[in-house]
Amino acid sequence: MSTVAAISTPNAIGGISVIRISGPDSFCICDKVFRAYNGKKASEMEGYTCAYGEISENGEKLDDVVLTVFRAPKSYTGEDVAEISCHGGMYITRQILRLVTASGAELAGAGEFTKRAFLNGKMSLTQAEAVMDVISSNSRSELRYAVALKDGAMFRRISSVREKLLKVLGDLAAWADYPEEEDIPFVEPQKLDADLEDIRAELSGLSSTYDYGKIIKEGINTVIVGRPNVGKSTLMNCLSGYERSIVTNIAGTTRDVVEEYVKVGELTIRLSDTAGIRSTDDCIEQKGVEIAYGKIKEADLILAVFDSSEELSDDDKKIIDSLSEKNAIALLNKSDKERKADTGYLEAHFKYVIEISAKHSDGIEGLEQCLEKMFINEEIDAQGGIIANERQKLCLEMSLSSVNNAISALRAGESLDAVTVLIDESLAGLLRLTGENVADSVVNEVFSRFCVGK
Amino acid sequence: MEYVMGSYDVIVVGAGHAGVEAALGAARLGCSAALFTISLDTISNMPCNPSIGGTAKGHLVREIDALGGEMGRAADKCFIQSRMLNKGRGPAVHSLRAQADRKLLHQYMKNVCENQENLDIKQAEVTAVITEDGKITGIKTHLGAVYHAKAVIIATGTYLRGKIHVGESSYTGGPDAIIAPMSLTDSLKENGITLRRFKTGTPCRVHRRSINFDILEKQDGDDDITPFSFETDRSGLKNQVSCYISYTNAETHRVIKENLHRSPLYGGKIEGVGPRYCPSIEDKIVRFADKERHQLFIEPMGLDTDEYYLQGMSSSLPEDVQLAFLRTIKGLENVEIMRPAYAIEYDCCDPTELLPTLEFKNISGLYGAGQFNGTSGYEEAAAQGLVAGINAALKIQGKEPLILDRASSYTGTLIDDLVTKGCDDPYRMMTSRSEYRLLLRQDNCDQRLTPIGHRIGLISDERFERLKIKEKQIAEEFERVSTLNIAPSEELNRFLEENGTTPMSTGCKLVDLMRRPQLNYFMLEKFDKNRPSLDFYVCEQVDLKIKYDGYIQKQIAQVEQMRKLNDKVLPEDIDYKEIKGLRLEAVEKLSKFRPFSIGHASRISGVSPADISVLLIWLEQTNRKK
Repeated sequence: MSTVAAISTPNAIGGISVIRISGPDSFCICDKVFRAYNGKKASEMEGYTCAYGEISENGEKLDDVVLTVFRAPKSYTGEDVAEISCHGGMYITRQILRLVTASGAELAGAGEFTKRAFLNGKMSLTQAEAVMDVISSNSRSELRYAVALKDGAMFRRISSVREKLLKVLGDLAAWADYPEEEDIPFVEPQKLDADLEDIRAELSGLSSTYDYGKIIKEGINTVIVGRPNVGKSTLMNCLSGYERSIVTNIAGTTRDVVEEYVKVGELTIRLSDTAGIRSTDDCIEQKGVEIAYGKIKEADLILAVFDSSEELSDDDKKIIDSLSEKNAIALLNKSDKERKADTGYLEAHFKYVIEISAKHSDGIEGLEQCLEKMFINEEIDAQGGIIANERQKLCLEMSLSSVNNAISALRAGESLDAVTVLIDESLAGLLRLTGENVADSVVNEVFSRFCVGK
Repeated sequence: MEYVMGSYDVIVVGAGHAGVEAALGAARLGCSAALFTISLDTISNMPCNPSIGGTAKGHLVREIDALGGEMGRAADKCFIQSRMLNKGRGPAVHSLRAQADRKLLHQYMKNVCENQENLDIKQAEVTAVITEDGKITGIKTHLGAVYHAKAVIIATGTYLRGKIHVGESSYTGGPDAIIAPMSLTDSLKENGITLRRFKTGTPCRVHRRSINFDILEKQDGDDDITPFSFETDRSGLKNQVSCYISYTNAETHRVIKENLHRSPLYGGKIEGVGPRYCPSIEDKIVRFADKERHQLFIEPMGLDTDEYYLQGMSSSLPEDVQLAFLRTIKGLENVEIMRPAYAIEYDCCDPTELLPTLEFKNISGLYGAGQFNGTSGYEEAAAQGLVAGINAALKIQGKEPLILDRASSYTGTLIDDLVTKGCDDPYRMMTSRSEYRLLLRQDNCDQRLTPIGHRIGLISDERFERLKIKEKQIAEEFERVSTLNIAPSEELNRFLEENGTTPMSTGCKLVDLMRRPQLNYFMLEKFDKNRPSLDFYVCEQVDLKIKYDGYIQKQIAQVEQMRKLNDKVLPEDIDYKEIKGLRLEAVEKLSKFRPFSIGHASRISGVSPADISVLLIWLEQTNRKK
């Protein structure tokens, strides 16, 4: 059995959070990351005892914690278990979990501890069904979360790396399996190196955006969109508290993207205001519109602004269509004026529709609550969300580390069969989430791209 | 009128590459066996390309040899040109490929079968299998003869209800003008076996004197030939023929495109599913329209024949179109066709109805092997034939079955893929299909499989002893270079610099130098004063062990994980709908493929790690209840 770890307390700010580690290497891992103030090592502690000490990373202290040790079989899972109680706070807790996984633990699967407890005879037969329920409901909520929050931009970016890896592997497989076919490109090490570098860059970029800590520290990448003059810049100014964008009533004033960090309740959002989106002949304005669409692609969250005093126009509907797969909130601005816009249409297309008056700062609390719901308390199970998010990050990191190994092997002059196996591993990391099979995917890739045969 | 003609332990239906290995395997294990074929003149026939081996297929042939099968020895006796493919691309993808003399191979295998103790060869068409209470009891022939049997292996290749298409014409029949058996299908269906329709094709054979070799690119074999069999002496092997290369051109493509409407495939007359990896020339031109040319290989069919095979030119266009497009090709301007190209449709089973022993799940004692199981290629067929023959014998003798897992061999990977995932078009072995390919090299098939062959009884004690000596020498030599210190010297440092690697300042172990990518075991010979004189194959293994140790250790760890899950056997009668917590997609997939173990389940696309956890809990619960 491998050693696994997870945050085992509900995800909430404040109080104490517990990171649980279970498996044969639990105490070794603790020895690597934890230093008790009494000098005793975790691996030397007796079962049912605690130690006060610190968790540090590269010599830098992360937190003061209490470590509790349970020795097999007298623990929840029946294995060696260590529990690190730290000072709450999502960021710190997750940093510690990450440190633990980097030190040799795998991230626990859905319902993993309970599963182990059951398999080790810690639970009665009658509890089996409940255990299966825990596993499946956790995995469902993880999946839902993964799809909901990370759909859109993030998912597409993962798909893009997956495609690139598959292409490289398809080349290598075709090259190895069809050495006599003239249309199979010879795999040049330089070209392969460049391709792998590109994949590495993309993976490491992705991996860092996945950092939830970073979301908390650096803010949620949020884009305000809407057709001209619905009040995007007014909203930006209202949220950021001072005039940042140029506010006029001449449609098409904001032609570039303006960025601002804004604190909304517990969360920081990195807000970009964009040019109004409309069909236009003005080439400078057109450029702004293109940039706006580009921003939409990358964003974690979209605030789509509509003018409630006017009927929804074709430009509005075009914007709505472009957001169909995004994490978006519809803001019905100018709530102080008489309503003409079709709210039913908006409600059919957005999960959240909030009325505001940016000019009078009305309805902003509603937006705050909505954001907290989406990013902190999530109606999507928080625990699942955090783990799902963390698991994707871990998969990305597995993938990244294999690409790094492949690049080193290639540069060391190792033969391509070995390098290929490392790239296989990299793709396996990405496919782990969906349960797809590497060999099947590669074989399909070869047959769809190359004209091979007898 | 029915009459009983005999009784055997094992009856094999079909004497192609699968059938021959199956019959020889069973007979060699002491079973009385009979090999049935519609024509004795087509035993081990090669109705398609006159070659054995190739990427991943070469691995299969060496595995067959290491287990105690015949194909490797046969290929060594009958080859007329041999090449090791993929040299310089890493040892895991090295693959042997040999051109073989078609007539010679047939003659050789027929003799081996004739001389095999316990084995009878019968010319007859098998029209039915006889079963009683879900158990096989025998077969019937077209003449009314009944033969009793404890096990029957179906290896009908592309012959079962074969239908040949050439342009607008089509007729019932098998390759090389052999009749196609028709009745057996109904008998199998009556026994609850699902039959499907697959399609494949072959190019034409043309006359030597109609080819202008002078203007063609020539391809010769290796100077230093590696044999397929670990038992064949490598000295004295030599190439006797050359192959040639040419290309299609714009004119060829024009002729084909203008006549597409006359293709049975594009006209909708063919219902069978064709292989993705072996498209006809018209397929290639349609699917890869932007390609300006396609390559073809011109290969001799044997030493005492003038027939040449045009690899790459498989087609089902009418004969006149075939001639017209071939004559647009450089070197073939005056070509004369001897046998036209054709497409063939045939019946095959759904391999997910098989156990990993290749026995049908629902009929005890009935086995499938070769193209009948949905694969393609002589080598894939022979490997399955051997496994089916061995398992039929082991079952009759009341012994443990032979189940080769994915980590053991390409043969195991092939069978695991077939029975776990099935196939939607003829399955071809590829190196990319094996996740453990750094372990499953063609150079170590003997170490992987000969001990198994010996345990079963197909490998002699002498051969097993030779392997043990080889392994001991490998281990000792590895130990010697791992512990031997080497001191820096001017000569050595000059050598290191010449080979683009950094010179040494202090001493180190010899093995550390050998590990450097620029160097290897062989290159350092002159700095290794007391090197014992060892067989080339021993040195090769030492070299690879040094080079690939890290990867090998890692793959071995993965293998252990996989085997643990394979050991968790799932009962056959699970109702997956009743297992709470499985996702709907997983329930569907699991119900469809009915995996044998948690390991198999984890390899089915669409079954997630969480589903596997649920299955583990469920299995533990079920086991505890017992």
